[in-house]
Amino acid sequence: MYRLKYASATTFKYLTLIVGVFCALAPLVVVVFASFKTSKEYLNSSALAPPSDWFNFDNYRTAFVKGHMLTGFKNTLIIMVTALVGNMLVGTMIAYVLQRFAFKGRGIIMSLFLFAALIPGVTTQVITFKIINALELFNTMGSAILLYMGTDIIGIYIFIQFMDNISTQLDESAMLDGASYFTIFAKIIFPLLAPAIITMMIIKGIGIYNDFYIPFLYMPDPSLRTISTSLFAFKGPFGSHWETICAAVMLIIIPTAVVFVALQKWIYNGFMQGAVK
Amino acid sequence: MLANLSYRAQRVVIIVSFSLIPILLLITFGYVPVLGMFRYAFTDWNGLSPDYNWVGFDNFRTIFTDKKYYEGFINSIYYFAGSFVQLAIALYFATILSFAVRGRNFFKGVLFFPSMINSVAVGLIFLFFFRPEGTLDTILGFFGIANPPKWLLNPDIINVSLVGASIWRYLGFNFILLLGAISSVPSDLYEAAEIDGANRWHQFKYIILPSIRRIVAITLILSISGSVAPFEIPYIMTGGSNGSNTFVITTVKTTFSYSKYGLGSAMAVVLFLIVILVTAIQKLVIKEEK
Repeated sequence: MYRLKYASATTFKYLTLIVGVFCALAPLVVVVFASFKTSKEYLNSSALAPPSDWFNFDNYRTAFVKGHMLTGFKNTLIIMVTALVGNMLVGTMIAYVLQRFAFKGRGIIMSLFLFAALIPGVTTQVITFKIINALELFNTMGSAILLYMGTDIIGIYIFIQFMDNISTQLDESAMLDGASYFTIFAKIIFPLLAPAIITMMIIKGIGIYNDFYIPFLYMPDPSLRTISTSLFAFKGPFGSHWETICAAVMLIIIPTAVVFVALQKWIYNGFMQGAVK
Repeated sequence: MLANLSYRAQRVVIIVSFSLIPILLLITFGYVPVLGMFRYAFTDWNGLSPDYNWVGFDNFRTIFTDKKYYEGFINSIYYFAGSFVQLAIALYFATILSFAVRGRNFFKGVLFFPSMINSVAVGLIFLFFFRPEGTLDTILGFFGIANPPKWLLNPDIINVSLVGASIWRYLGFNFILLLGAISSVPSDLYEAAEIDGANRWHQFKYIILPSIRRIVAITLILSISGSVAPFEIPYIMTGGSNGSNTFVITTVKTTFSYSKYGLGSAMAVVLFLIVILVTAIQKLVIKEEK
């Protein structure tokens, strides 16, 4: 009796897992199917039918060329690399100052960052827009780079926490050798922070790659499209050419999938650390 | 160069130079917008002209009396209800995957992966999914449902469809947080419970749930503030048409399409106050837990 109950519970468990996997993958798999179909085939076949030719890359070519996706990838890459480098430097620098030195105003700075993390970003765009305009950064990549660089504070906490575990004896022995504080930061602290920096770069990087709001609001110029906004632009002109849209969607998901498979552990840990703060 | 200075002087130099840029960024993009938002909320500024008039609480009156503006909050109820469904599913999968399951990493990866996908891609995936005679209709056809509703055209259903897409997108994130919390429960607790004859349900109810109460509370409260402000999925999929407007979509449109910066700022203030209130409640709840 107990065994029977146990067996049926196991069956139920795997059954629900399979349903879960089906729900997670079905919307994606049909997009993969459609991306390999010719327009005629797409119109005449069921959404769930696999394509007749798995090597028909015509839609990918169309999406890539006519959708100007190379521009999108290029712009996203430039913004992402610049913003990440800036964000990591800014984040580790302020964390170093806040963690290693006790000075007047330290508490105030900490609470300024703490409270800023509570401000919901979506709500303040109305005025942020005005500031970007005043800085003459509207319709330049500078707007996105600057906004990605400054807005995220969670990193500081992760850096500070990580630095708590870097012994100050290291600093002291470097000081005996006559190293300046800057040398200590650049040669000792920054390299030792590498794991935290990598985690933050992955999390921030994914966020920037996926963000729609900022490029959409601040860089409407077609030549400045990022992957999000260039994909969004498919909605109009390609209206009913779903096979092309599906190929475009795949072009954007493939890099994400590669990164996910390669960096799974870092990603899980990073998201958990970032959220609990 | 720095090395020639005394450590006391160096200390000042490094503190000032290292905190200057971060603080400048923080003030420019964190605090100035908030102050500006409160200021313009009481004006009729159109975003362009140098002058504007003070209008007192008129903007706020408009928001709470004109359905066009508060409609978004009504739709938030759908997202709010959806967040409970999402939490329940995430909790279920996190619980069963925290025990030995064949193919555990595969299931974990598949359930999490959707939350990594670009939001515009998710929007398009679900536009495709909900199309008439598209994926969903074909699947329903297998089960003999011949006349499915128009998922994205029928105002009675559209919000349910959009919430469905949002759950698909955000479930993985919730799931991975809960899984992390459950894995930190010491495993000897389960063993002890098993010896006492506790079954899986008892283990869930008396061991897992109490130890992850805090993170469940955080998730729930976050979803309240999240359900006030859905933007990307509905904006990308429907642009807020057919009764699928959310408050943030209305705010963005009012401000940037109709150039009503004053009114838009007032809407932003309302949203801001709600989120701050919810966060304050969250902090209180968490403090009590400790």
